[in-house]
Amino acid sequence: MNKLRDANRAYGEKLAELGAELPELVVLDADLAACSKTAPFIGRFPGRHYNVGIQECNMVGVAAGMAACGKIPFVNSFGMFTAGRAYDQIRNAVVYPGLNVKIVGFYSGLSNGEDGPTHQCVEDLALMRAVPGMTVMCPCDANEAALMTEAAAKRQGPCFIRMGRGPVEAVTKFDGYSFEIGKGVVMRPGKDAAVIATGNMVATALKAAALLEAEGLDVRVIDMHTVKPIDRELVIAAARETGAIVTSEEHNILGGLGGAVAEVVGEEFPVPVLRHGMRDCFGKSGKHDDVLELFGLTESVLAGVVKKAVALKK
Amino acid sequence: MEELREKACRLRLQVLDMVCSKKGGHIGGDFSEMEILLQLYCREMNIDAARPDAPERDRFILSKGHSVEALYAVLADRGFFPAEELSCYLSFGGRLVGHPNNQVPGIEMNTGSLGHGLSLGVGMALAARLRGLGSRTYVLMGDGELAEGSVWEAAMAASHYGLDSLCATVDRNGLQISGSTEDVMRLEPLAERFRSFGWNAIEVPDGNDFAQLGAAYALARSTKGRPSVVIAHTVKGRGVSFMEGRAKWHHGVPAEAERLAAAGELEAAMRDGR
Repeated sequence: MNKLRDANRAYGEKLAELGAELPELVVLDADLAACSKTAPFIGRFPGRHYNVGIQECNMVGVAAGMAACGKIPFVNSFGMFTAGRAYDQIRNAVVYPGLNVKIVGFYSGLSNGEDGPTHQCVEDLALMRAVPGMTVMCPCDANEAALMTEAAAKRQGPCFIRMGRGPVEAVTKFDGYSFEIGKGVVMRPGKDAAVIATGNMVATALKAAALLEAEGLDVRVIDMHTVKPIDRELVIAAARETGAIVTSEEHNILGGLGGAVAEVVGEEFPVPVLRHGMRDCFGKSGKHDDVLELFGLTESVLAGVVKKAVALKK
Repeated sequence: MEELREKACRLRLQVLDMVCSKKGGHIGGDFSEMEILLQLYCREMNIDAARPDAPERDRFILSKGHSVEALYAVLADRGFFPAEELSCYLSFGGRLVGHPNNQVPGIEMNTGSLGHGLSLGVGMALAARLRGLGSRTYVLMGDGELAEGSVWEAAMAASHYGLDSLCATVDRNGLQISGSTEDVMRLEPLAERFRSFGWNAIEVPDGNDFAQLGAAYALARSTKGRPSVVIAHTVKGRGVSFMEGRAKWHHGVPAEAERLAAAGELEAAMRDGR
Protein backbone atom coordinates (compact mmCIF):
# COMPACT_ATOMS: atom_id res chain seq x y z
CA MET A 1 0.00 0.00 0.00
CA ASN A 2 1.06 3.57 -0.65
CA LYS A 3 2.28 5.78 2.17
CA LEU A 4 -0.50 7.37 4.24
CA ARG A 5 -0.70 11.13 4.83
CA ASP A 6 -3.36 13.33 6.35
CA ALA A 7 -4.70 15.65 3.62
CA ASN A 8 -6.34 17.96 6.15
CA ARG A 9 -2.99 18.44 7.87
CA ALA A 10 -1.40 19.23 4.51
CA TYR A 11 -4.14 21.80 3.93
CA GLY A 12 -3.49 23.45 7.30
CA GLU A 13 0.26 23.56 6.78
CA LYS A 14 -0.19 25.08 3.34
CA LEU A 15 -2.53 27.76 4.75
CA ALA A 16 0.18 28.79 7.22
CA GLU A 17 2.72 28.99 4.40
CA LEU A 18 0.33 31.03 2.24
CA GLY A 19 -0.44 33.31 5.17
CA ALA A 20 3.09 34.69 4.97
CA GLU A 21 2.87 35.19 1.23
CA LEU A 22 -0.68 36.58 1.06
CA PRO A 23 -1.27 39.22 3.74
CA GLU A 24 -4.97 39.40 2.90
CA LEU A 25 -5.57 35.72 3.65
CA VAL A 26 -7.78 35.15 6.70
CA VAL A 27 -9.14 31.91 8.14
CA LEU A 28 -12.50 31.29 9.79
CA ASP A 29 -13.51 28.24 11.79
CA ALA A 30 -16.79 27.30 13.44
CA ASP A 31 -15.52 25.54 16.56
CA LEU A 32 -13.92 22.72 14.55
CA ALA A 33 -10.37 23.92 14.00
CA ALA A 34 -9.17 20.64 15.48
CA CYS A 35 -10.73 18.91 12.46
CA SER A 36 -9.87 21.46 9.80
CA LYS A 37 -6.27 21.35 11.05
CA THR A 38 -5.80 25.10 10.81
CA ALA A 39 -3.57 25.14 13.92
CA PRO A 40 -0.36 25.99 11.99
CA PHE A 41 -2.05 29.12 10.59
CA ILE A 42 -3.52 30.05 13.98
CA GLY A 43 -0.07 29.68 15.53
CA ARG A 44 1.58 32.03 13.08
CA PHE A 45 -1.26 34.49 12.44
CA PRO A 46 -3.56 34.53 15.46
CA GLY A 47 -4.87 37.98 14.53
CA ARG A 48 -6.11 36.70 11.18
CA HIS A 49 -8.00 33.72 12.50
CA TYR A 50 -11.61 33.84 13.70
CA ASN A 51 -13.29 31.03 15.58
CA VAL A 52 -16.90 32.20 15.33
CA GLY A 53 -18.29 29.31 17.31
CA ILE A 54 -21.07 27.06 16.11
CA GLN A 55 -22.67 29.41 13.60
CA GLU A 56 -21.80 28.39 10.06
CA CYS A 57 -24.34 30.65 8.31
CA ASN A 58 -22.94 33.72 10.02
CA MET A 59 -19.39 32.54 9.32
CA VAL A 60 -20.03 32.46 5.58
CA GLY A 61 -21.74 35.86 5.69
CA VAL A 62 -18.86 37.37 7.65
CA ALA A 63 -16.42 35.92 5.12
CA ALA A 64 -18.44 37.47 2.30
CA GLY A 65 -18.27 40.87 3.99
CA MET A 66 -14.52 40.52 4.46
CA ALA A 67 -14.02 39.46 0.84
CA ALA A 68 -16.02 42.51 -0.28
CA CYS A 69 -13.30 44.55 1.48
CA GLY A 70 -10.44 42.72 -0.26
CA LYS A 71 -9.70 39.88 2.16
CA ILE A 72 -9.21 36.27 1.04
CA PRO A 73 -11.20 34.23 3.56
CA PHE A 74 -10.99 30.46 3.90
CA VAL A 75 -14.04 29.20 5.80
CA ASN A 76 -13.95 25.80 7.43
CA SER A 77 -16.40 23.32 8.84
CA PHE A 78 -17.75 19.88 8.08
CA GLY A 79 -19.06 19.63 4.50
CA MET A 80 -22.49 19.05 5.98
CA PHE A 81 -22.43 22.47 7.64
CA THR A 82 -20.71 24.60 5.00
CA ALA A 83 -22.26 23.26 1.79
CA GLY A 84 -25.37 22.08 3.60
CA ARG A 85 -26.37 24.46 6.36
CA ALA A 86 -24.90 27.62 4.85
CA TYR A 87 -26.04 26.91 1.29
CA ASP A 88 -28.12 30.09 1.06
CA GLN A 89 -25.27 32.33 2.23
CA ILE A 90 -22.86 30.59 -0.14
CA ARG A 91 -25.20 31.00 -3.08
CA ASN A 92 -26.52 34.50 -2.49
CA ALA A 93 -23.82 36.26 -0.46
CA VAL A 94 -20.70 34.67 -1.96
CA VAL A 95 -21.13 33.20 -5.43
CA TYR A 96 -23.80 35.49 -6.90
CA PRO A 97 -21.78 38.64 -6.10
CA GLY A 98 -18.62 36.80 -7.24
CA LEU A 99 -16.73 37.23 -3.96
CA ASN A 100 -13.33 35.72 -3.29
CA VAL A 101 -14.32 33.28 -0.53
CA LYS A 102 -12.95 29.74 -0.31
CA ILE A 103 -15.45 27.36 1.26
CA VAL A 104 -13.96 24.17 2.67
CA GLY A 105 -16.00 21.14 3.72
CA PHE A 106 -14.28 18.56 5.91
CA TYR A 107 -15.22 15.02 6.93
CA SER A 108 -17.25 14.69 3.76
CA GLY A 109 -18.68 11.55 2.20
CA LEU A 110 -18.76 8.70 4.71
CA SER A 111 -15.53 9.70 6.41
CA ASN A 112 -17.23 10.95 9.56
CA GLY A 113 -17.80 7.26 10.20
CA GLU A 114 -19.40 6.60 13.54
CA ASP A 115 -21.07 10.02 13.73
CA GLY A 116 -23.49 8.56 11.20
CA PRO A 117 -25.74 10.01 8.50
CA THR A 118 -26.29 13.43 10.14
CA HIS A 119 -22.59 14.12 9.58
CA GLN A 120 -21.92 12.02 6.47
CA CYS A 121 -22.51 14.52 3.67
CA VAL A 122 -23.06 12.54 0.48
CA GLU A 123 -24.52 15.47 -1.46
CA ASP A 124 -22.09 18.39 -1.00
CA LEU A 125 -20.63 18.08 -4.49
CA ALA A 126 -24.13 18.11 -5.98
CA LEU A 127 -25.18 21.12 -3.91
CA MET A 128 -22.11 23.16 -4.76
CA ARG A 129 -22.04 22.05 -8.40
CA ALA A 130 -25.59 23.30 -8.86
CA VAL A 131 -24.65 26.85 -7.85
CA PRO A 132 -24.14 28.82 -11.08
CA GLY A 133 -20.48 29.50 -11.76
CA MET A 134 -19.12 27.79 -8.64
CA THR A 135 -15.79 25.96 -8.81
CA VAL A 136 -15.90 22.59 -7.03
CA MET A 137 -12.84 20.53 -6.15
CA CYS A 138 -11.90 17.43 -4.18
CA PRO A 139 -8.28 16.34 -3.67
CA CYS A 140 -7.25 12.68 -3.81
CA ASP A 141 -4.32 12.91 -1.41
CA ALA A 142 -2.29 15.21 0.82
CA ASN A 143 0.00 16.45 -1.93
CA GLU A 144 -2.93 17.36 -4.16
CA ALA A 145 -4.73 18.99 -1.22
CA ALA A 146 -1.78 21.31 -0.65
CA LEU A 147 -1.47 22.22 -4.33
CA MET A 148 -5.23 22.75 -4.57
CA THR A 149 -5.19 25.05 -1.53
CA GLU A 150 -2.47 27.19 -3.05
CA ALA A 151 -4.19 27.34 -6.44
CA ALA A 152 -7.49 28.30 -4.82
CA ALA A 153 -5.87 31.02 -2.71
CA LYS A 154 -4.15 32.58 -5.69
CA ARG A 155 -7.09 32.48 -8.02
CA GLN A 156 -9.73 35.22 -7.81
CA GLY A 157 -13.26 33.97 -7.17
CA PRO A 158 -15.26 31.60 -5.01
CA CYS A 159 -14.70 27.86 -4.77
CA PHE A 160 -15.64 24.83 -2.72
CA ILE A 161 -13.02 22.33 -1.61
CA ARG A 162 -14.24 18.96 -0.39
CA MET A 163 -12.01 17.27 2.16
CA GLY A 164 -12.26 13.93 3.92
CA ARG A 165 -10.87 12.84 7.24
CA GLY A 166 -7.73 11.14 8.45
CA PRO A 167 -4.75 9.75 6.57
CA VAL A 168 -5.17 8.87 2.91
CA GLU A 169 -2.88 7.07 0.50
CA ALA A 170 -0.32 9.18 -1.33
CA VAL A 171 -0.92 8.58 -5.03
CA THR A 172 0.21 11.74 -6.81
CA LYS A 173 3.93 11.64 -6.07
CA PHE A 174 5.08 10.62 -9.52
CA ASP A 175 7.01 12.23 -12.36
CA GLY A 176 4.80 14.15 -14.69
CA TYR A 177 2.10 14.89 -12.11
CA SER A 178 1.05 18.51 -12.07
CA PHE A 179 -1.96 20.32 -10.65
CA GLU A 180 -4.09 22.84 -12.45
CA ILE A 181 -7.67 23.78 -11.55
CA GLY A 182 -9.99 22.31 -14.20
CA LYS A 183 -7.46 19.82 -15.60
CA GLY A 184 -7.93 16.17 -14.70
CA VAL A 185 -4.89 13.93 -14.31
CA VAL A 186 -4.37 10.62 -16.12
CA MET A 187 -3.05 8.46 -13.28
CA ARG A 188 -2.52 5.45 -15.46
CA PRO A 189 -3.07 4.88 -19.17
CA GLY A 190 -5.48 2.28 -20.53
CA LYS A 191 -7.60 1.56 -23.60
CA ASP A 192 -10.35 -0.90 -22.55
CA ALA A 193 -12.24 1.37 -20.16
CA ALA A 194 -11.70 4.50 -18.10
CA VAL A 195 -12.44 5.03 -14.43
CA ILE A 196 -12.93 8.69 -13.64
CA ALA A 197 -12.66 9.14 -9.89
CA THR A 198 -12.44 11.94 -7.37
CA GLY A 199 -11.13 12.18 -3.81
CA ASN A 200 -10.07 9.03 -2.03
CA MET A 201 -11.77 6.87 -4.68
CA VAL A 202 -8.79 7.64 -6.94
CA ALA A 203 -6.62 5.31 -4.83
CA THR A 204 -9.39 2.71 -4.91
CA ALA A 205 -9.64 3.05 -8.69
CA LEU A 206 -5.92 2.45 -9.07
CA LYS A 207 -6.25 -0.76 -7.07
CA ALA A 208 -9.25 -1.84 -9.13
CA ALA A 209 -7.26 -1.20 -12.29
CA ALA A 210 -4.46 -3.41 -10.94
CA LEU A 211 -6.97 -6.18 -10.21
CA LEU A 212 -8.37 -5.91 -13.73
CA GLU A 213 -4.92 -5.89 -15.27
CA ALA A 214 -4.43 -9.38 -13.84
CA GLU A 215 -7.59 -10.35 -15.72
CA GLY A 216 -6.30 -8.87 -18.96
CA LEU A 217 -8.18 -5.57 -18.95
CA ASP A 218 -6.26 -2.36 -19.63
CA VAL A 219 -8.03 0.32 -17.58
CA ARG A 220 -7.31 4.04 -17.62
CA VAL A 221 -7.63 5.90 -14.33
CA ILE A 222 -8.33 9.62 -14.22
CA ASP A 223 -8.13 11.79 -11.11
CA MET A 224 -10.89 14.35 -11.65
CA HIS A 225 -9.99 16.66 -8.79
CA THR A 226 -12.01 19.50 -10.28
CA VAL A 227 -15.59 18.34 -10.52
CA LYS A 228 -16.63 21.74 -11.86
CA PRO A 229 -15.70 23.07 -14.32
CA ILE A 230 -15.12 19.53 -15.44
CA ASP A 231 -12.29 18.75 -17.87
CA ARG A 232 -14.51 18.10 -20.88
CA GLU A 233 -11.65 17.33 -23.25
CA LEU A 234 -10.26 14.65 -20.98
CA VAL A 235 -13.71 13.06 -20.53
CA ILE A 236 -14.42 13.09 -24.28
CA ALA A 237 -10.99 11.60 -25.03
CA ALA A 238 -11.64 8.83 -22.51
CA ALA A 239 -15.02 8.10 -24.10
CA ARG A 240 -13.61 8.10 -27.61
CA GLU A 241 -10.48 6.10 -26.84
CA THR A 242 -11.85 3.51 -24.39
CA GLY A 243 -15.57 3.32 -25.22
CA ALA A 244 -16.61 2.64 -21.62
CA ILE A 245 -16.63 4.97 -18.63
CA VAL A 246 -17.08 4.33 -14.93
CA THR A 247 -17.25 7.16 -12.44
CA SER A 248 -16.31 6.60 -8.80
CA GLU A 249 -16.99 8.90 -5.86
CA GLU A 250 -17.72 8.75 -2.14
CA HIS A 251 -20.89 10.69 -2.82
CA ASN A 252 -24.39 10.22 -4.13
CA ILE A 253 -24.31 9.04 -7.76
CA LEU A 254 -26.83 11.84 -8.41
CA GLY A 255 -25.51 15.29 -9.14
CA GLY A 256 -21.83 14.85 -8.32
CA LEU A 257 -18.98 13.52 -10.42
CA GLY A 258 -21.14 10.79 -11.97
CA GLY A 259 -23.69 13.33 -13.09
CA ALA A 260 -21.05 15.69 -14.42
CA VAL A 261 -19.31 13.01 -16.48
CA ALA A 262 -22.57 11.52 -17.78
CA GLU A 263 -23.68 14.97 -18.93
CA VAL A 264 -20.51 15.49 -20.97
CA VAL A 265 -20.46 11.99 -22.45
CA GLY A 266 -24.17 12.12 -23.30
CA GLU A 267 -23.78 15.43 -25.08
CA GLU A 268 -20.46 14.88 -26.81
CA PHE A 269 -19.64 11.21 -27.38
CA PRO A 270 -22.23 8.76 -26.06
CA VAL A 271 -20.79 5.52 -24.68
CA PRO A 272 -21.85 3.54 -21.57
CA VAL A 273 -21.33 5.48 -18.30
CA LEU A 274 -21.76 3.51 -15.09
CA ARG A 275 -21.71 5.39 -11.81
CA HIS A 276 -20.05 3.89 -8.77
CA GLY A 277 -20.94 5.63 -5.52
CA MET A 278 -23.72 5.99 -2.98
CA ARG A 279 -26.91 4.88 -4.68
CA ASP A 280 -29.17 7.69 -3.48
CA CYS A 281 -29.17 6.63 0.16
CA PHE A 282 -27.91 7.98 3.49
CA GLY A 283 -24.78 6.50 5.02
CA LYS A 284 -24.56 4.45 8.18
CA SER A 285 -22.74 4.76 11.47
CA GLY A 286 -19.60 2.68 11.61
CA LYS A 287 -15.85 2.68 11.08
CA HIS A 288 -15.11 4.43 7.79
CA ASP A 289 -13.70 1.30 6.17
CA ASP A 290 -16.66 -0.81 7.31
CA VAL A 291 -19.11 1.72 5.91
CA LEU A 292 -17.23 1.91 2.61
CA GLU A 293 -17.38 -1.88 2.43
CA LEU A 294 -21.10 -1.92 3.24
CA PHE A 295 -21.90 0.43 0.37
CA GLY A 296 -19.57 -1.30 -2.08
CA LEU A 297 -17.06 1.53 -2.30
CA THR A 298 -14.17 -0.92 -2.64
CA GLU A 299 -11.77 -1.90 -5.38
CA SER A 300 -13.40 -5.30 -5.91
CA VAL A 301 -16.91 -3.87 -6.38
CA LEU A 302 -15.50 -1.11 -8.59
CA ALA A 303 -13.67 -3.71 -10.69
CA GLY A 304 -16.98 -5.52 -11.17
CA VAL A 305 -18.65 -2.29 -12.34
CA VAL A 306 -15.84 -1.74 -14.85
CA LYS A 307 -16.35 -5.24 -16.27
CA LYS A 308 -20.06 -4.51 -16.62
CA ALA A 309 -19.26 -1.29 -18.49
CA VAL A 310 -16.88 -3.12 -20.81
CA ALA A 311 -19.60 -5.70 -21.51
CA LEU A 312 -21.96 -2.89 -22.51
CA LYS A 313 -19.56 -1.61 -25.18
CA LYS A 314 -20.86 -1.91 -28.72
CA MET B 1 -33.19 69.98 7.74
CA GLU B 2 -35.91 71.55 5.61
CA GLU B 3 -34.01 70.57 2.54
CA LEU B 4 -33.93 66.89 3.54
CA ARG B 5 -37.67 66.86 4.21
CA GLU B 6 -38.30 68.23 0.74
CA LYS B 7 -35.90 65.71 -0.73
CA ALA B 8 -37.72 62.88 1.04
CA CYS B 9 -40.95 63.95 -0.65
CA ARG B 10 -39.30 64.30 -4.05
CA LEU B 11 -37.67 60.88 -3.79
CA ARG B 12 -40.94 59.30 -2.64
CA LEU B 13 -42.49 60.70 -5.81
CA GLN B 14 -39.71 59.08 -7.84
CA VAL B 15 -40.31 55.77 -6.09
CA LEU B 16 -44.05 56.08 -6.76
CA ASP B 17 -43.29 56.59 -10.46
CA MET B 18 -40.91 53.61 -10.54
CA VAL B 19 -43.34 51.26 -8.84
CA CYS B 20 -46.38 52.40 -10.83
CA SER B 21 -44.70 52.46 -14.23
CA LYS B 22 -43.25 48.95 -13.82
CA LYS B 23 -46.05 47.61 -11.64
CA GLY B 24 -43.66 46.09 -9.16
CA GLY B 25 -41.70 46.86 -6.02
CA HIS B 26 -42.12 47.25 -2.30
CA ILE B 27 -43.45 50.74 -1.82
CA GLY B 28 -44.50 50.39 1.83
CA GLY B 29 -40.98 49.63 3.01
CA ASP B 30 -39.49 52.15 0.60
CA PHE B 31 -41.54 54.87 2.24
CA SER B 32 -40.87 53.74 5.81
CA GLU B 33 -37.08 53.70 5.31
CA MET B 34 -36.72 56.90 3.24
CA GLU B 35 -35.63 59.20 6.09
CA ILE B 36 -33.21 56.57 7.42
CA LEU B 37 -31.52 56.29 4.02
CA LEU B 38 -31.34 60.03 3.54
CA GLN B 39 -30.00 60.65 7.04
CA LEU B 40 -27.26 58.06 6.45
CA TYR B 41 -26.38 59.08 2.89
CA CYS B 42 -26.62 62.86 3.36
CA ARG B 43 -25.56 63.36 6.97
CA GLU B 44 -23.76 60.38 8.44
CA MET B 45 -21.72 58.38 5.97
CA ASN B 46 -18.32 59.15 4.54
CA ILE B 47 -19.04 58.32 0.92
CA ASP B 48 -18.20 60.05 -2.32
CA ALA B 49 -19.78 59.07 -5.63
CA ALA B 50 -16.63 60.31 -7.38
CA ARG B 51 -14.57 57.74 -5.46
CA PRO B 52 -16.95 54.81 -4.98
CA ASP B 53 -14.08 52.36 -4.34
CA ALA B 54 -12.17 54.47 -1.78
CA PRO B 55 -10.92 51.92 0.79
CA GLU B 56 -11.66 54.22 3.73
CA ARG B 57 -15.30 54.82 2.75
CA ASP B 58 -18.13 53.88 5.07
CA ARG B 59 -20.16 50.86 4.00
CA PHE B 60 -23.92 50.50 3.74
CA ILE B 61 -25.82 47.23 3.38
CA LEU B 62 -29.54 47.13 2.66
CA SER B 63 -30.34 43.84 4.35
CA LYS B 64 -34.06 44.37 3.63
CA GLY B 65 -33.13 44.16 -0.03
CA HIS B 66 -36.70 44.18 -1.31
CA SER B 67 -37.01 47.88 -0.46
CA VAL B 68 -34.45 48.71 -3.12
CA GLU B 69 -36.42 51.36 -5.00
CA ALA B 70 -35.81 53.94 -2.29
CA LEU B 71 -32.10 53.09 -2.30
CA TYR B 72 -31.94 53.55 -6.07
CA ALA B 73 -33.56 56.96 -5.73
CA VAL B 74 -31.11 57.97 -2.98
CA LEU B 75 -28.05 56.70 -4.87
CA ALA B 76 -29.11 58.63 -7.98
CA ASP B 77 -29.64 61.72 -5.83
CA ARG B 78 -26.13 61.31 -4.40
CA GLY B 79 -24.67 61.11 -7.90
CA PHE B 80 -23.78 57.42 -8.16
CA PHE B 81 -25.70 57.23 -11.44
CA PRO B 82 -27.91 59.63 -13.41
CA ALA B 83 -31.46 60.12 -12.13
CA GLU B 84 -32.69 59.39 -15.67
CA GLU B 85 -31.66 55.78 -15.13
CA LEU B 86 -34.44 55.43 -12.53
CA SER B 87 -36.83 55.14 -15.48
CA CYS B 88 -34.97 51.92 -16.37
CA TYR B 89 -35.92 50.36 -13.02
CA LEU B 90 -37.04 46.77 -13.72
CA SER B 91 -36.43 47.24 -17.44
CA PHE B 92 -35.47 43.88 -18.86
CA GLY B 93 -31.69 43.86 -19.32
CA GLY B 94 -31.20 46.96 -17.16
CA ARG B 95 -29.13 46.97 -13.99
CA LEU B 96 -31.72 48.37 -11.58
CA VAL B 97 -33.28 45.01 -10.77
CA GLY B 98 -35.68 43.97 -8.02
CA HIS B 99 -33.01 43.50 -5.33
CA PRO B 100 -29.64 45.18 -4.71
CA ASN B 101 -26.59 43.88 -6.54
CA ASN B 102 -23.00 45.04 -6.68
CA GLN B 103 -23.10 45.83 -10.39
CA VAL B 104 -24.93 49.05 -9.52
CA PRO B 105 -22.60 51.91 -8.58
CA GLY B 106 -22.80 52.58 -4.87
CA ILE B 107 -24.20 49.18 -3.92
CA GLU B 108 -21.74 47.18 -1.86
CA MET B 109 -23.46 43.81 -1.61
CA ASN B 110 -26.08 41.60 -3.19
CA THR B 111 -28.91 41.22 -0.73
CA GLY B 112 -32.48 40.07 -0.72
CA SER B 113 -32.23 36.71 0.96
CA LEU B 114 -33.30 38.01 4.36
CA GLY B 115 -31.15 37.63 7.44
CA HIS B 116 -27.81 37.95 5.63
CA GLY B 117 -27.01 41.63 6.01
CA LEU B 118 -25.81 41.78 9.59
CA SER B 119 -23.28 38.98 8.99
CA LEU B 120 -21.98 40.85 5.96
CA GLY B 121 -21.66 43.96 8.10
CA VAL B 122 -19.71 42.07 10.77
CA GLY B 123 -17.29 40.91 8.06
CA MET B 124 -16.86 44.44 6.71
CA ALA B 125 -16.29 45.87 10.16
CA LEU B 126 -13.70 43.18 10.93
CA ALA B 127 -11.95 43.84 7.60
CA ALA B 128 -11.80 47.58 8.38
CA ARG B 129 -10.30 46.81 11.78
CA LEU B 130 -7.66 44.52 10.22
CA ARG B 131 -6.74 47.32 7.83
CA GLY B 132 -6.62 49.90 10.59
CA LEU B 133 -9.25 52.00 8.82
CA GLY B 134 -11.81 54.16 10.56
CA SER B 135 -14.62 53.10 8.22
CA ARG B 136 -18.04 52.65 9.75
CA THR B 137 -20.44 49.97 8.57
CA TYR B 138 -24.19 50.60 8.47
CA VAL B 139 -26.72 47.80 8.03
CA LEU B 140 -30.41 48.50 7.53
CA MET B 141 -32.66 45.59 8.44
CA GLY B 142 -36.38 45.13 8.21
CA ASP B 143 -38.16 44.16 11.40
CA GLY B 144 -39.77 41.08 9.83
CA GLU B 145 -36.38 39.64 8.92
CA LEU B 146 -35.33 39.64 12.57
CA ALA B 147 -37.11 36.28 12.83
CA GLU B 148 -34.19 34.79 10.87
CA GLY B 149 -31.78 32.97 13.18
CA SER B 150 -28.72 34.15 11.30
CA VAL B 151 -29.46 37.74 12.43
CA TRP B 152 -28.90 36.66 16.02
CA GLU B 153 -25.78 34.69 15.14
CA ALA B 154 -24.41 37.91 13.69
CA ALA B 155 -25.66 39.95 16.65
CA MET B 156 -23.73 37.63 18.97
CA ALA B 157 -20.59 37.88 16.84
CA ALA B 158 -20.71 41.70 16.54
CA SER B 159 -20.83 42.05 20.29
CA HIS B 160 -18.22 39.31 20.85
CA TYR B 161 -15.77 41.21 18.65
CA GLY B 162 -16.72 44.57 20.19
CA LEU B 163 -17.49 46.10 16.81
CA ASP B 164 -18.28 49.70 17.72
CA SER B 165 -17.81 50.72 14.08
CA LEU B 166 -20.89 48.66 13.22
CA CYS B 167 -24.26 50.38 13.42
CA ALA B 168 -27.41 48.48 12.59
CA THR B 169 -30.76 50.13 12.02
CA VAL B 170 -34.09 48.35 12.30
CA ASP B 171 -36.83 49.83 10.14
CA ARG B 172 -39.41 49.10 12.83
CA ASN B 173 -42.58 49.67 10.85
CA GLY B 174 -44.29 46.77 12.59
CA LEU B 175 -45.59 45.08 9.45
CA GLN B 176 -44.40 42.24 7.27
CA ILE B 177 -45.99 40.69 4.21
CA SER B 178 -48.45 38.52 6.11
CA GLY B 179 -49.38 41.00 8.83
CA SER B 180 -48.18 42.55 12.07
CA THR B 181 -44.75 41.40 13.24
CA GLU B 182 -46.15 40.88 16.73
CA ASP B 183 -48.90 38.59 15.43
CA VAL B 184 -46.69 36.70 13.00
CA MET B 185 -43.60 36.15 15.18
CA ARG B 186 -43.28 38.41 18.20
CA LEU B 187 -40.15 40.60 18.32
CA GLU B 188 -40.74 42.53 21.52
CA PRO B 189 -39.06 43.36 23.77
CA LEU B 190 -36.75 44.10 20.84
CA ALA B 191 -34.42 46.63 22.44
CA GLU B 192 -34.03 44.37 25.47
CA ARG B 193 -33.20 41.48 23.21
CA PHE B 194 -30.43 43.42 21.51
CA ARG B 195 -29.16 44.65 24.88
CA SER B 196 -29.05 41.11 26.19
CA PHE B 197 -26.80 40.32 23.20
CA GLY B 198 -24.42 43.06 24.32
CA TRP B 199 -25.58 45.83 22.01
CA ASN B 200 -26.17 49.50 22.63
CA ALA B 201 -29.84 49.72 21.61
CA ILE B 202 -31.19 53.18 20.82
CA GLU B 203 -34.93 53.62 20.39
CA VAL B 204 -36.11 56.33 18.02
CA PRO B 205 -39.79 57.11 18.69
CA ASP B 206 -40.29 58.70 15.26
CA GLY B 207 -38.00 56.97 12.79
CA ASN B 208 -39.21 59.24 10.00
CA ASP B 209 -37.88 62.32 11.80
CA PHE B 210 -34.44 63.50 10.75
CA ALA B 211 -33.57 65.23 14.03
CA GLN B 212 -34.36 62.12 16.07
CA LEU B 213 -32.41 59.90 13.68
CA GLY B 214 -29.45 62.28 13.74
CA ALA B 215 -29.34 62.21 17.54
CA ALA B 216 -29.45 58.42 17.53
CA TYR B 217 -26.61 58.07 15.04
CA ALA B 218 -24.53 60.57 17.00
CA LEU B 219 -25.04 58.47 20.12
CA ALA B 220 -24.10 55.33 18.19
CA ARG B 221 -20.95 56.98 16.90
CA SER B 222 -19.83 57.95 20.39
CA THR B 223 -20.50 54.50 21.87
CA LYS B 224 -17.27 52.54 22.19
CA GLY B 225 -16.56 48.89 22.70
CA ARG B 226 -19.88 47.50 21.46
CA PRO B 227 -22.07 47.71 18.38
CA SER B 228 -25.14 49.94 18.26
CA VAL B 229 -28.58 49.34 16.88
CA VAL B 230 -30.99 52.15 16.09
CA ILE B 231 -34.54 50.87 16.42
CA ALA B 232 -36.37 53.38 14.28
CA HIS B 233 -40.13 53.31 14.81
CA THR B 234 -41.32 54.18 11.34
CA VAL B 235 -44.62 54.02 9.51
CA LYS B 236 -45.01 51.64 6.63
CA GLY B 237 -46.19 53.58 3.58
CA ARG B 238 -45.25 56.85 5.33
CA GLY B 239 -46.31 59.97 3.46
CA VAL B 240 -49.42 58.63 1.76
CA SER B 241 -52.45 58.53 4.06
CA PHE B 242 -54.13 55.47 2.60
CA MET B 243 -50.90 53.43 2.61
CA GLU B 244 -49.78 54.22 6.12
CA GLY B 245 -49.78 51.27 8.50
CA ARG B 246 -51.31 48.80 6.06
CA ALA B 247 -49.59 45.48 5.30
CA LYS B 248 -51.17 45.31 1.85
CA TRP B 249 -48.75 48.06 0.77
CA HIS B 250 -45.78 45.81 1.52
CA HIS B 251 -45.69 45.15 -2.18
CA GLY B 252 -48.97 46.58 -3.42
CA VAL B 253 -48.97 48.57 -6.66
CA PRO B 254 -51.22 51.66 -6.70
CA ALA B 255 -53.94 51.75 -9.33
CA GLU B 256 -54.05 54.92 -11.45
CA ALA B 257 -56.51 56.73 -9.17
CA GLU B 258 -54.39 55.75 -6.16
CA ARG B 259 -51.24 56.92 -7.90
CA LEU B 260 -52.80 60.32 -8.55
CA ALA B 261 -54.01 60.61 -4.97
CA ALA B 262 -50.62 59.57 -3.59
CA ALA B 263 -48.76 61.98 -5.86
CA GLY B 264 -51.13 64.77 -4.82
CA GLU B 265 -50.44 64.16 -1.14
CA LEU B 266 -46.68 64.00 -1.62
CA GLU B 267 -46.63 67.15 -3.77
CA ALA B 268 -48.71 69.01 -1.22
CA ALA B 269 -46.39 67.91 1.57
CA MET B 270 -43.39 69.06 -0.44
CA ARG B 271 -45.02 72.46 -1.03
CA ASP B 272 -46.00 72.88 2.58
CA GLY B 273 -42.61 71.75 3.85
CA ARG B 274 -44.15 68.93 5.87
